Amino acid sequence: MMKNIGVIIELDKGRVKETNFGMITLARAKDTQLFAFVMDADAKSVKEVLESFGITKIVEVWLAPDQLNNPVTRAKAMINAIKEFNISMVFGLSTAMGKDLLPRIAAHLFAPLVMDCFYVDLEQKIAKTYQYSGKTIATIQLTGEVLVFGIRPNAIEPVKAQEKAQMLKFDSSHIVATGFRVIKSGGIDKTTRINLAEADVIIAGGRGMKNSENFNILFQCAKKINAAVGASRVAVDAGWVPYSMQVGQTGEKVSPKVYIACGISGSIQHFAGMKTSGMIIAINTDENAAILSNCDYYVKADALEIIPTLTKILDNG
Amino acid sequence: MQIYICVKHVPDSAAHITILDKNRIDESISFLLNPYDEHAVTEAAKIKNNTPDSEVIAVCLGKNDAEKTIRSALAMGADRGILITCDKNYDSMVTALALKAAIEQDGTPGLIFTGKESIDAEGMQTMFRIGAVFDFPVATNVVKLDIEVDKAVVDCELSGGITNTYEMSLPCVLGAGKGLNTPRYPTFPDVVKSKKKPVQKIVFTDLNIKDSPAGMRIVELEPLHQARQPKEIKGDAGFVAKEIIRILKQEAKVL
Ligand SMILES: Cc1cc2nc3c(=O)[nH]c(=O)nc-3n(C[C@H](O)[C@H](O)[C@H](O)COP(=O)(O)OP(=O)(O)OC[C@H]3O[C@@H](n4cnc5c(N)ncnc54)[C@H](O)[C@@H]3O)c2cc1C
Ligand SMILES: Nc1ncnc2c1ncn2[C@@H]1O[C@H](COP(=O)(O)O)[C@@H](O)[C@H]1O
Repeated sequence: MMKNIGVIIELDKGRVKETNFGMITLARAKDTQLFAFVMDADAKSVKEVLESFGITKIVEVWLAPDQLNNPVTRAKAMINAIKEFNISMVFGLSTAMGKDLLPRIAAHLFAPLVMDCFYVDLEQKIAKTYQYSGKTIATIQLTGEVLVFGIRPNAIEPVKAQEKAQMLKFDSSHIVATGFRVIKSGGIDKTTRINLAEADVIIAGGRGMKNSENFNILFQCAKKINAAVGASRVAVDAGWVPYSMQVGQTGEKVSPKVYIACGISGSIQHFAGMKTSGMIIAINTDENAAILSNCDYYVKADALEIIPTLTKILDNG
Repeated sequence: MQIYICVKHVPDSAAHITILDKNRIDESISFLLNPYDEHAVTEAAKIKNNTPDSEVIAVCLGKNDAEKTIRSALAMGADRGILITCDKNYDSMVTALALKAAIEQDGTPGLIFTGKESIDAEGMQTMFRIGAVFDFPVATNVVKLDIEVDKAVVDCELSGGITNTYEMSLPCVLGAGKGLNTPRYPTFPDVVKSKKKPVQKIVFTDLNIKDSPAGMRIVELEPLHQARQPKEIKGDAGFVAKEIIRILKQEAKVL
């Protein structure tokens, strides 16, 4: 029997975020229809790109304009759509938006959910994720009529697969959340700073940055290499940068292609948030720092000297 | 008002994890109150101080040893505790049903707190499941909270320090985020007092939670081995910087 699989597409300023493509790649399977659910845009504008990754049905989910930002409304609309289109597996991203949407859907459907997956076997119905502060990989068996997966951004390499997609509409404009109202919505990242969880490159500073001014050195370099800036808890607790920049067990968990750690010792709790990075480059003055024995490249030097030099070279082309 | 806080007994993040039988961990390591749940306890205690006739009850589903975590919550300001004892780990679907059954047996929740995430299972979902079984609204990663007469106004943090503000009807479920408050660690007298506070024990099987075909089960746990082979980049700042650029371009292909 043909199975229906659904992916919830995340957009940024009307465009499909790059991180969706790895998720779609993971959700593809033989003898299935692959549905893309689009809530925030005119689906025609994203048709071509979704088709190039193998989507066969694109469902434009219509929400009332004043409900667009309401996670309860969004979840209800998705629950109805899942039932309407007989979806048996639902994929979404483990981003800030996904963390507020996927568990709502799973909870109301009484469906199992694994967040932050980096691997899913659709046949066996198993997912792999990290547990115990990232110290273990857990293989989780899901059972139920509908299964929900939150996919870690950047965890899967996107692979193209051309398909033709049918366009569908799903009117959910009558749905209004009860007991839950949005008063103010920060919405999509208004700052020009790149979102940590989805960045390809992260440059992070720790105690070794010594003060808040020195973090500007990292921001300047980040601009040049299109990176997001992260921090250790020490830098956050000292008040040099906001908590939203913290990487680690009690901060953001990230999997960039490259993580550049500047003046960070590499504590267990920091590693819990970045150990799945593709490549780790550490700049540290202390040759005994833990991070130097668990990275790909290291430099025994002052980060306050290396990073500005790097920026200058890039400045000069 | 009765304020319930769901607290989880989790391995210390600094402890070394040893895997037994391929799918569970050696639990003879140090366990503690889940860090995010500390923010939940702290917030509940704060509300209690400003609200006459309120009571804070810490609830946990865990093994006998989890009483320690309830005691920690009591030392941080909870009035009493309920431990649902069990001898295995349940998924968050069963956990939510058990917590609901225990809370309903005990009283009438005006507010239910959880942490935004447990640091062992990292499930990020128990608060939503509790909300669904009670049919209460839920918010997670709550970093600011105002309780008004018949509603809660909360700020929830998204990534990048951006927050959304929501208004929720009461009762509701709130997943505490790190920015919510600074936990006040108990003083010695707090700890002494907490030893006298009551902890009721309920046996999980007495709650008659129905078996469900839907669920999540850990079939395998493996340590995350990192096979990184560190290579040193040596030279003056100019050389090192150029080498890093080369690596970013040619090896990582991000430039
Ligand atoms: C429950 C719990 C949760 C935690 N959660 C987190 C978390 O989410 N994230 C997190 O990061 N931490 C977390 N921590 C804290 C963690 O244990 C460490 O204290 C913290 O990560 C250390 O930060 P750091 O590496 O910046 O500082 P340090 O460990 O002090 O390291 C600073 C490093 O900088 C080097 N250095 C100094 N000057 C320079 C220079 N000029 N150039 C280059 N190198 C220099 C030093 O050699 C040293 O290695 C948590 C702790 C607990 C108990
Ligand atoms: N066994 C449990 N007992 C009590 N509370 C729990 C339990 N499991 C999870 N919770 C609560 O749910 C929150 C989120 O857990 P999780 O969904 O595992 O990330 C935790 O911070 C706790 O507040």
